[in-house]
Amino acid sequence: MNQEEFIELFAEQFDETEIDEFSIDTAFRELEEWDSMVALMVIAMIDEEYNVKVSGDDIRNSTTIADLIAVVESKK
Amino acid sequence: MGFLEIPNVRIKGLSATVPALSKDNLTDPLVTEGEKILKNTGIQFRHIAPEHITASDMCEDAAKRLLTDLNWNPQEIDCLVFVRQTPDYILPASSTILQDRLGLSQECYAIDIAMGCSGYIFGLSNIAALMQNGNFKKGLLLVGDTISKTCSPTDKSTYPLFGDAGTATALEFDPSASAMKFSFGTDGSGKDAIIIEDGGSRNPFNEESLQVVDIDEGISRSKSHLYLDGMDVFSFGISKGPQSVKSLLEYFDIDPSAIDNFAFHQANLFMNEKIRKKLKIDPEKVPYSLPKFGNTSCATIPLTLISERKGELERSKQKNIGCGFGVGLSWGSAFFETESIVVSEIGYLN
Repeated sequence: MNQEEFIELFAEQFDETEIDEFSIDTAFRELEEWDSMVALMVIAMIDEEYNVKVSGDDIRNSTTIADLIAVVESKK
Repeated sequence: MGFLEIPNVRIKGLSATVPALSKDNLTDPLVTEGEKILKNTGIQFRHIAPEHITASDMCEDAAKRLLTDLNWNPQEIDCLVFVRQTPDYILPASSTILQDRLGLSQECYAIDIAMGCSGYIFGLSNIAALMQNGNFKKGLLLVGDTISKTCSPTDKSTYPLFGDAGTATALEFDPSASAMKFSFGTDGSGKDAIIIEDGGSRNPFNEESLQVVDIDEGISRSKSHLYLDGMDVFSFGISKGPQSVKSLLEYFDIDPSAIDNFAFHQANLFMNEKIRKKLKIDPEKVPYSLPKFGNTSCATIPLTLISERKGELERSKQKNIGCGFGVGLSWGSAFFETESIVVSEIGYLN
């Protein structure tokens, strides 16, 4: 899985947070813009782009974008 | 996926009753960020039952008005199916109480079905299956909930979403009717995604059941309130909703371009639009009652047809697909044709 591409798609779900603020180590749930709606958009993005169904716990148990990528890869 | 085809039963009429009291998410002091909620969920108004109105009261009102509009005698009703999650009592079943209050015959078959978001599809398949061989000629399917009463007013993840409604669907045995077609699915491993933990036999109501706990910012509730894991339900809905409709279309070789109305369970606009886009259905074919009534649990599918398609259903032949998905987890889709049916005006109960 292309990490750069994932980070870009992930960043696109945010309106105000700039794309250069995102890296593989970003603790995304600590971002000011992160809320339940952005979470749903991330779930939808992963469903559409990777055909993977992530759960609420998958999101809640991930700290960084790298953690989330690992979840998606394990479910592919 | 389970499939079912049921011949010989025709829908003759639809009606709905909601509480007269309505709340506006933009002005309700209990709702913060009302505009954001409206934009994401599509929900502005919700009709809220006061203490004295139950789901059976609204269904009774809807059924009485529908029987009058159809010119049917209550004594002719052979079977009654009541789908609900908010019965009048733990026991007896509310369907038996409705038999009496509607003035139905003592020969009447009456049963409750405890299903939510997918309940209309399961209820329709049950009553149609009961009626298909012609022993029962006329039937009433009553579907409704006062789900707002289960929500904590201090839980922003549930309170702004839910409204109350009761509906009635009149059905008749008719060998010339085109067959209803169904697909069903169930996944009880997702039971915790939407749940009221206390008050049943697993966790009987106890002194802690009413204790309101702060869970997150804007989210406080007790164990007798409705809990909804928004992320899990969303993930489930955008995958199973489209799958359910797709499998129905494929199994029964139904041409989606010939369908007039796709009536989806009204969960929230963001999720429903994802489902619609995945299925590549034109927006004109997908009515929404969300802005007026919110998520009314099992009542959403008939309420949406009544509120958004009254004229078309009364005047012409319509090919309809209904799709419900949620609590259980449980999901199902139905194909049913209607021809100039009776659609009563929406009733408002005080």
